[in-house]
Amino acid sequence: MDSNVARFWRQIPQRYNLIGNQCGSCNKIFFPPRESCPYCRRKSMEKMHPYQLKGKGEVITYTIIHVGPKDFEEQVPYPIAIIRMDEGPQITGQIVDCDYHKVEIGMRVETTFRRIQEDGYTGAIYYGYKFKPCSVD
Amino acid sequence: MEDIGIVSYGSYIPRFRIKTEDIASVWGKDGSAIEKGLGIKEKSVPSIDQDTATISVEAARAAIRRCNINPQDIGAIYIGSESHPYAVKPTGTIVGEAIGATPNLMVADYEFACKAGTAGVQSCTAMVKAGFIKFGLAIGADTSQAAPGDALEFSASAGGAAFIIGKEKVIANINHTCSFTTDTPDFWRRAERKYPSHGGRFTGAPAYFKHVTSCAQQLMEKAGTKPKEYTFAIFHQPNGKFPVQVAKMLGFSYDQIKQGLIVPYIGNTYSGASLVGLASVLDVAKPGDRIFLTSYGSGAGSDGFDITVTKEILNLKREKAPSVMFMVNDKEYIDYGKYAKYTDLLYWE
Ligand SMILES: [Zn+2]
Repeated sequence: MDSNVARFWRQIPQRYNLIGNQCGSCNKIFFPPRESCPYCRRKSMEKMHPYQLKGKGEVITYTIIHVGPKDFEEQVPYPIAIIRMDEGPQITGQIVDCDYHKVEIGMRVETTFRRIQEDGYTGAIYYGYKFKPCSVD
Repeated sequence: MEDIGIVSYGSYIPRFRIKTEDIASVWGKDGSAIEKGLGIKEKSVPSIDQDTATISVEAARAAIRRCNINPQDIGAIYIGSESHPYAVKPTGTIVGEAIGATPNLMVADYEFACKAGTAGVQSCTAMVKAGFIKFGLAIGADTSQAAPGDALEFSASAGGAAFIIGKEKVIANINHTCSFTTDTPDFWRRAERKYPSHGGRFTGAPAYFKHVTSCAQQLMEKAGTKPKEYTFAIFHQPNGKFPVQVAKMLGFSYDQIKQGLIVPYIGNTYSGASLVGLASVLDVAKPGDRIFLTSYGSGAGSDGFDITVTKEILNLKREKAPSVMFMVNDKEYIDYGKYAKYTDLLYWE
């Protein structure tokens, strides 16, 4: 398995299903999952439990990408936003299914399952979450 | 008789559309004549980051949201498509992981042109009936491709629908199912070829019409029913004309087929086509409604279903996911240039 494939494979729970974790001491939720809680530190050891985010949140801020990295060149211009998930964590993600000039701060978004990148035409395909405007809230 | 049938359903249609007239003008053809001839105004186009796996996941998640079953209780996933993203590595593995149904799970990808999804519904029904699994998930989805300038370019589109099959809280009972299959080379794609080939005029009478009518008649004989006993009828819809003609030949009215006739607005979603039609019918169905469905897959075969909607449909949270008509109307038009980019027409090996 090449290193790209191995790295993506390990992250499947996060990328497909937004599995983060929750501190058993102060109940704060983290995404991506953390080894320990930065607030409770030693008290949180052995108390970090997997926690699945529901996938809905609100745009805090965004920018429009006009010159994208290799796998995203064909998608420009596209919005990248910081989204505050309803459970608390903030996630950076691409917004799709929305005219880029209609993206606004405070907009409700939800995750959608998309292709993120691929190792060329013969390599593995990597899937994960992007965000789109909420259809049913 | 014990209820076995649909417990929940979901569908997904990509947002981009291209108009028939815009494709026609690129090739110097008369767009309005083609639109009339095919009965297709526009077709759905997948975005560059969408494929059969992503469409299947969206449809499956919609089905789960509506019914709140534990995904770990899904014991089998069968996905029918002619555009699985990998030739070797099942789409069902990706979907199984994305809905939280892995790892104690049977998975196989199906391929039977446009009827592979209904073949999945039959397999799940049989497995539930045999007691092998509690719930099965059957999906028909495609991002079908047509060679630039080919007649199929006006219809080949993208979309899909997912059905959870079980025997608890059944919203639509599958009373009878049967199939009609022969070796008929009307349409095919050789291994490792990007675009399909078709037998031109051969695709009509000996293929679609013969298989659909034979399957439909066999099904009504088995069920002891007549066309007028059905509230809704859905036929495979490679274009807007064939399903209307075949309905008439069999004695169904336009009123019976219109709720499930989605092809004029989104094109032919291949393995998704008749199942997106069924999802559209379930969006509005009421207890007691009887549904007649026949799919068609080139090569060739047809699967038939006699379905009765139960009272349980009133408990299904249909509003938790967008309806087919909502997705039909939630669209953004693109031109042929963007279409070429999104569907990979610009790539050659
Ligand atoms: Zn803590």
